[in-house]
Amino acid sequence: MTEQVLFYVFSFAALLSAGGVVLNVRNTVYAALCLVVSMLSLAVLFIMLSAEFIGVIQVMVYAGAIVVLFLFVIMLLNLKSEDMGAESQPLLKLVGTLLILVVSVKLVALLSGTRKSWPELDSEFGTVKAVGGVLYTDYLLAFEIAGVLLLAGLVAAVVIGKQRID
Amino acid sequence: MIEPWHYQVVSAVLFMIGVLGVLIRRNVIVMAMCIELMLNAANLSLVTFSRMWGNHDGQIFVFMVIVVAAVEVAVGLAIIIRLIANRDSLNIEDTNLLKW
Repeated sequence: MTEQVLFYVFSFAALLSAGGVVLNVRNTVYAALCLVVSMLSLAVLFIMLSAEFIGVIQVMVYAGAIVVLFLFVIMLLNLKSEDMGAESQPLLKLVGTLLILVVSVKLVALLSGTRKSWPELDSEFGTVKAVGGVLYTDYLLAFEIAGVLLLAGLVAAVVIGKQRID
Repeated sequence: MIEPWHYQVVSAVLFMIGVLGVLIRRNVIVMAMCIELMLNAANLSLVTFSRMWGNHDGQIFVFMVIVVAAVEVAVGLAIIIRLIANRDSLNIEDTNLLKW
């Protein structure tokens, strides 16, 4: 019962705040704050799926770093509300919304037919120890490459973000 | 009782909201946020599969997706800053040099 209540509360929070990101045309800062709510709700869903490590990473990286980066850029650019305007393309919006509605209904109908129950898990599933054990043995190469990718991203962000390229 | 398909439905709808945002919004920053929403929807799906089969591989995928998303946001926002400095506008329609 508690599980059901938590699932519905947090999945609706995630979906509504995601809708807030899309539909908020007035202020980009509000869109970023809606994004934080969506990320945090998803982190709760991850923890309910006994992926504790991923849930904590979600809070730290997404809500703590990525959205803060968004907010930092929005504030750095010092946008005025007149810079936002002129988004109206009614035909494109109508066609896009209809397309998405059709595909969503199809997807939901397709997925809600499937039946598979949860297996029994040992108590260690999803903990830092268990995930780390897999990450540092089977996926060691991918982990190393992720480190190199982060370094490359760091260098690229600095080079692109520089004011003048000599 | 909450079954795996409940989570899959939430993931699908979240992904579709992200696609909708990319389709109908023309604000560069909001479009980048909607890409993050789509990545998160995929993450939810992967974590559900991981739980469904009692296997950690899905969680490793999610870890990698989060790493790539962090890099993507850092580089993407740097590009957005340069774009706005050059075009003086947040509207993606103003970036049209390569557009027919």
